[in-house]
Amino acid sequence: MSQLILEQALNGLQFGLMLFLLAAGLTLVFGIMDMINLSHGSLYMGGAYLGAAAAQASGSFLLGVVAAMLGMAAVGVVLELLLLRRLYRRDHLAQVLATFALILISNETVRMIWGPQPLMLNPPAALAGPVELFGFSYPAYRLLIVGVGLAVAAFLYLLVGHTRAGMWVRAGASNREMAEALGVDVRLLFTGIFALGAALCAAAGVLLGPLLAVQVGMGENILILAFVVIVIGGIGSIRGALVGSLLVGMVDTLGRALLPTLLRAVATPEVAGNLGPALASIAIYVLMAGVLFFRPAGLFPARA
Amino acid sequence: MKKMLAAALLASATLPALAADAVKVGFLSTLSGPAAGLGVDIRDGFQLAMKHLNGKLGDRPAEVIVADDKQDPNTAKQTAERFLKKDKVDFMTGIVFSNILLTVAKPVFDSQTFYISANAGPSQLAGAECNPYFFNVAWQNDNVAEAMGKWATDQGMKNVIGIAPNYPGGKDALNGFKRFYKGNIADEMYTKLGQLDYAAELAQLRAAKPDAVFFFLPGGMGINFVKQFVAAGLSKDIRLITSGFSADEDTIPAVGEPMLGLFNSSHWAFDLDNAANKKFVADFEKEYKRIPSLYASQGYDAAMLMDSAVRQTKGKLDDKAALRKAFEAAKFASVRGKFKFNSNHYPVQDYFLRVVRKDEKGRITNKLMGTIFADHADAYVGQCKMPK
Repeated sequence: MSQLILEQALNGLQFGLMLFLLAAGLTLVFGIMDMINLSHGSLYMGGAYLGAAAAQASGSFLLGVVAAMLGMAAVGVVLELLLLRRLYRRDHLAQVLATFALILISNETVRMIWGPQPLMLNPPAALAGPVELFGFSYPAYRLLIVGVGLAVAAFLYLLVGHTRAGMWVRAGASNREMAEALGVDVRLLFTGIFALGAALCAAAGVLLGPLLAVQVGMGENILILAFVVIVIGGIGSIRGALVGSLLVGMVDTLGRALLPTLLRAVATPEVAGNLGPALASIAIYVLMAGVLFFRPAGLFPARA
Repeated sequence: MKKMLAAALLASATLPALAADAVKVGFLSTLSGPAAGLGVDIRDGFQLAMKHLNGKLGDRPAEVIVADDKQDPNTAKQTAERFLKKDKVDFMTGIVFSNILLTVAKPVFDSQTFYISANAGPSQLAGAECNPYFFNVAWQNDNVAEAMGKWATDQGMKNVIGIAPNYPGGKDALNGFKRFYKGNIADEMYTKLGQLDYAAELAQLRAAKPDAVFFFLPGGMGINFVKQFVAAGLSKDIRLITSGFSADEDTIPAVGEPMLGLFNSSHWAFDLDNAANKKFVADFEKEYKRIPSLYASQGYDAAMLMDSAVRQTKGKLDDKAALRKAFEAAKFASVRGKFKFNSNHYPVQDYFLRVVRKDEKGRITNKLMGTIFADHADAYVGQCKMPK
């Protein structure tokens, strides 16, 4: 039983860390630029497709990840300069409409280039099998994802907490006008943040590719979870995004694993099968409601 | 330029007249998303049959309107309404998933349009809700799983866990397996339809330690499940068994080596020895450069069945009673050899055992191993009171 819980905890950690890669960029854009970017999920999808195509063409998974991150960072810069920059001063409705249009455009573009059928991306052959871990086997590839997620978290912690650029970011998040008045080049900062967010998103897309499917519309489902994460964590806070991601990842995985098992003890498998996943998917939102009840600005609000 | 314009005008003037004369088939299927491989194969099988029939159904020119349901019941319902009201199709076919079929069934039957199912075979339409306008040329959902249940019993498997998506087709599959499996069902897991990450379920399987896992996860679900099952190192302790739906040409190339040795049940096999099948398999490989899956064989048979019905009624599609009789007769050469309809318009047919292995050309594919059931009917026919 303890082994089951340990394995599920690892699964939760893996899922949570991937959510963090998405949420990190989203929370900075939302927190600092006060911009609701619904097309964040499209960057995730674009990264997955770009990575899958590059990995298939070159035969190297690593090259696929690098190509996806660089490619989507470039797309992010172009998008920011051409479109999003004009939206910062508009109200949220205009932002939602414009970025929703971006979702539709990018879905159809991907469909035109790669077709309606999903691409199947395989993990590198060396990581396709299991590794022995505390007396049970665990997929090597999922372990790699956990490792990458932790490395990115550490990198962002150092970047935001201990560099000059990070200081600007924090200053921008807590008070944009004051940061501008003190001479921070906010326009350049915004473009940089957007590119970084897009690259992280793309990395999540490629890394999750072999576990899910690289397909049109893959960004929308996960985008909702990313929004839940940043609302729980506090908008604009990287630390909040990390804690929120891990909370959501754990609650979702443990709920999905344990609730049906518990329910099967008291109900028929069919009822448990109906009720279990439904309750598990509600669990995340119950968590969000609970956090917001006690801390309306999230766990670690950027604007204290 | 003027000439071209005139020609174009002439063509557009004659086209509607031609189209009005044509037999119209509304082909609605899942052609995008992780399960797209299934719909694409049904479509390609159907189109190959149309090619063999020179684009005609029973000597009348035929028009096949293809649409994607995106595996979404609402999209499917809207498209079906368009087929019925605007295009005024004579037949409908193509739907992959039982939940989608059940949502479009009513408007189709209400408009007295014949639906020839080339895949989904929900128990509802085989039993109490059977309908004169519905024919299933594939199987009833339970059947293929029943064959695997029988085989698991014969193999002396003591402890099996069943896993399927939580939708009518998934429930039918596990019910079918249980009907003929006499050992202990350690657990039944129902997952979300379309789920792609099975980490949580695999951890539960590892803890439960069954002899075997029977999985019914069509399309991308099965592809991911098998890959993740192997990656988690479970294949050395737990045996995988499945119905043919997750062990055919949409899944095998995507998963590769880990599929080797997977026993599965099917109502058809590409190496089944009969003339219609040999022609179908050879031409399919020539046309599409891949081995046909069971889904493709069902699409092919659906077109051939329509052809036989139109031919017998001499193209008089308004005589619904005669048309129904012609469908019931099923006078076509099925690629699975013998085929006939039961009183609930579902097939009575053989079910085979196959195993995935390398063929003489070194390709990983299925090999026919034997017959599990001969002339097998579904369990719901007794509940069906088919109107005369």
